Formats: sequence, C-alpha cells, structure tokens
Amino acid sequence: MTLRTRATMFAAAAALACGFGPAMADPAEAELVVNEDITITTKAPAAAHLEGHLDTVYSGWLFREAETRKMQMDDFDNPMFVYAERGQEAWDTVEGTEGKSCANCHGDIAEGMKGVRATMPKVNAAGNLWSMEDFINDCRTNRMGAEAWKWNSDNMKSMTTAVSLQSRGMPVAVAIDGPAAEFWERGKEMYYTRYGQLELSCASCHEQNYGNYIRADHLSQGQTNGFPLYRLKDAAAVSIHQRFVGCIRDTRAETFAAGSQEFRELELYVASRGLGLDIEGAGVRP
Amino acid sequence: MKSHVVLAALAATLAATSAFAEVAPTEVTFEEGAVAQSLTGTAGNAEEGSKIVANRALGNCVACHVISANSADFQGNIGPTLDGAADRWSEAQLRGIVVDAKHTFPDSVMPGMFKTGPYIRPGDAYTGKAAPADLPPILTAAQVEDVVAYLLTLKE
Ligand code: HEC
Ligand code: HEC
Repeated sequence: MTLRTRATMFAAAAALACGFGPAMADPAEAELVVNEDITITTKAPAAAHLEGHLDTVYSGWLFREAETRKMQMDDFDNPMFVYAERGQEAWDTVEGTEGKSCANCHGDIAEGMKGVRATMPKVNAAGNLWSMEDFINDCRTNRMGAEAWKWNSDNMKSMTTAVSLQSRGMPVAVAIDGPAAEFWERGKEMYYTRYGQLELSCASCHEQNYGNYIRADHLSQGQTNGFPLYRLKDAAAVSIHQRFVGCIRDTRAETFAAGSQEFRELELYVASRGLGLDIEGAGVRP
Repeated sequence: MKSHVVLAALAATLAATSAFAEVAPTEVTFEEGAVAQSLTGTAGNAEEGSKIVANRALGNCVACHVISANSADFQGNIGPTLDGAADRWSEAQLRGIVVDAKHTFPDSVMPGMFKTGPYIRPGDAYTGKAAPADLPPILTAAQVEDVVAYLLTLKE
C-alpha cells in the first residue's frame, strides 16, 4: 500500500468516525472545454518513464474548485487575457536598435509560434537547455538590439502568455532524449531530493500526496502544462520558475533563482511528467 | 523556618540543574524510535502544546493531521488522524515521533521537529534565504515537551 492510499484511508476513517475532517478530494470528474470550442486533455495515462511512480497524470485544473475551473473555461472570465493582449501588442511593436518587432521575423503569432510552448524547455543550437524566457530574451538582445526582460517581469509574462496560447490544446511535446537527456536526468534527481529543514521533495507532495490536503491546500500533481497561470491569491500571473521558488521555499529551504540552470533542468523534468496532457495556454488557480 | 530555606535552596538548585541539563538536538537517544528521557526534565504544558500544533510557524501538525479536539482551521490529511494517539503510542514513542519521526517511520514525509540537520540547502524559516550556521530546530526542547503533553491528552 502506498503512503498516499494509507493516509487517505486513515483520513476516511477519521471522517467517518467523527463526521468531521478534510473533504475527500480526488481530482474532479470534469472536462475542460474552453469557449465551448477547444477541448483540453486534463487526464491521461502516464508516460512510460513514470512507470512505478504514476499511472495517470492530471492537470492541476482538476484539483481546483468548480468556480476557479470555470474561470478558465471562457476567455472573457480568464484574467490572463489582460497579459495575453499586452503580449500580442508587444509582439507587433518595433523595439531596439535594429528597428524590428517579433512579427518582422516570425510573422503572425498564430503561425510563427504555433506549438512552440509545448516543446519548452528545449536544447538550443549551442547545446544549452533554454526555457521560453531565454529564447525571448535572445531575440530581444541579439536580433532586435533591445533590452532583456527580467524573468518574472510583467512584460515577460505577457509575452510568454501570448506565445503559450498558440499551443493551447496541443499535447506537451518536450524532448527528453538525445542532447536533452543529461539535463532531464539532473532535473529528475532534483525532483526526488528532499530539500530544506522540512526535508520534503517535490515527490513528497505531488507524487505521494496529490489529492490530499496540506492544511488548506488541495495538492495536485504539480504539473506545468497550465503555465503561465493566474494566481488569484497573488492577483497576478505566475511563471513556472516562480512557482518552483515558492514550493522550495515552503520546505524551509534556500531556494534557487528563477532562471537558474537548476530550474531549467527541473522544468524539463516536470514538463515530461505531463506528457499526455495538453497545454492550457493560460491557467487560473486559487 | 530553617528547613524552609533549605527546601527553597534545594528547589532552586534542582530548577537550575534541570535547565542546565536540557538535552541538545544532537544528544537525543532513540530506542526503536522512542525517546524515554524528557528533553527538559519538566513536564510539558498541554495547553501550550495545543497552540503549537496549530501554529503555522511552529509545529503546524494540523497541516498534515486531523485533531478533532483542536479548533485549528483547515486540518490536512497527509498523515493519519491524531485522535486517540495516546491510546496507540507511549509517551516515549510520541516524544520520539515529534523529535524525529524518521526513527519510527523511516521514509516518512513528517519533518523532524527537534533536529539541526544534516539538511540539503537548509533555509532561514520560510524566507527562501540560506539558513544561519547555527540553525535552531523547528521546536525548542520545551515546545517538544508541550506537544508531547498535549498528544497524551488525545484519547478516544
Ligand atoms: C510542502 C509541500 C510542497 C512541496 C514540497 C512542493 N510543492 Fe508544489 N505545490 C504545493 C502546493 C500546496 C501547491 C498549490 C496546490 C497544488 O496545485 O498542488 C503547489 C503547486 C505546484 C505547481 C502548480 C500546479 C498547478 O497546476 O497550478 C507546480 C508546477 C509545483 N507545485 C511544482 C513543484 C515542484 C517542481 C516541487 C519541487 C521543487 C514542488 N512543487 C514541491 C506544495 C508543495
Ligand atoms: C508534512 C507532514 C507532517 C507534519 C507537518 C507532521 N506530521 Fe505527523 N505524520 C505524518 C505522516 C505521513 C505520518 C504517518 C507515518 C508515516 O510516514 O508512515 C505521521 C505520523 C504521526 C504520528 C503517529 C500517528 C499514528 O497514530 O500512527 C504522530 C503521533 C504524529 N505524526 C504527530 C505529529 C505532530 C505532533 C506533529 C507536529 C509537531 C506532526 N505529526 C507533524 C506527517 C506529518
């Protein structure tokens, strides 16, 4: 019996015994259809590399309350569309010493960026593992002669949102073999490392205990297919690395920085745990 | 009269000795997960314990455990309910679990409350910054005893 089922049974017994206790909360039985048009896969058989760890993978969307889930089902209700619009605007805006916009090289965002988010992070031509933010800043500094954006700036989140939406409804497609393999291995090692004074790994919460409650929080599998996403608690968009910072900090650990090599590698590994799920483009979470 | 003075002096000495003899995190002796010796030499205060288990910056035990008798909000279910814990475990076993549960449950996700490492990238509480060199345990010896005293009240 796994830790998870054992803890769940104990809790179930407690709830029965005293009619009190955390709500039993498996992922919701719900379908994510956005704008009554785009169907997004939020539940899928786990990739082969997860054998012995997970049978089924679930989007974080399924672990949220109906109200929050609904906000992601209509673009008018989704606060990420403020970011998406700003990103689209920046896409078409000439900036920097070269007198170019993103559109000058990549054309219409819907064509030029289709499917790009689904493959991130990935190994670049020079053999480095890059997140989408790195590719964006490379274009800005080297091709446009513009300033790099800070990893967690509004400008960067607006652009990553606009780009991510062009992969909405497409399956996660990260490469984990070939030149990506060594990065993926290191990311995997991080995922199972028990950091901080609380000695908790990503797996302690998101593999062994998804579906359970840690205080008020209903634990999901910690998937990244919904990013960048809007966090109602922060009233702002959150990047993948920003979420990693928060989770590691919560183990009473010294975190790594957003944009660090460590987090790129962790991002690749976590993305690969979501193989089978679709990119949500712009999620909404509590 | 005189014996009173002697008694008072004796009590003062005892108090001083027991404070002095407080067990350090690195000196705790486990026997099959249990810790027989009190960390302070003084009985804990169950009422204080009931607050420590609910306090997010301290034990935060209810993050993972249901304690029906406790009024803390949003009790989690990562671990088993602690209702009736005193019926299942002895005082020494409970102390061992609170000090460092991994001596009782080897791969447990339950954090050690009275240890100072070794840790991987220890932080300074929840700041995300590196821990100071003399990182204190999450709970003091007295707080551990308070929690143990509280757990001993949890009977079905
Ligand atoms: C102490 C428990 C804990 C640990 C350890 C932890 N997380 Fe989380 N994580 C949470 C909570 C709580 C949330 C918010 C609810 C949820 O989605 O699970 C969350 C959310 C996330 C999300 C957002 C998922 C979504 O769809 O909104 C990601 C991604 C994530 N975690 C990744 C990680 C990674 C990677 C690690 C390890 C570096 C990690 N977490 C370690 C508690 C934890
Ligand atoms: C991050 C989660 C977590 C936290 C925080 C936590 N525990 Fe636990 N605890 C567990 C788990 C999981 C178990 C079950 C043992 C195992 O790992 O198999 C457990 C087991 C126990 C047990 C044995 C229960 C039984 O009857 O079998 C006691 C007693 C206990 N914990 C007390 C505490 C106290 C007191 C605190 C706070 C000072 C605390 N725990 C904090 C996760 C946690």
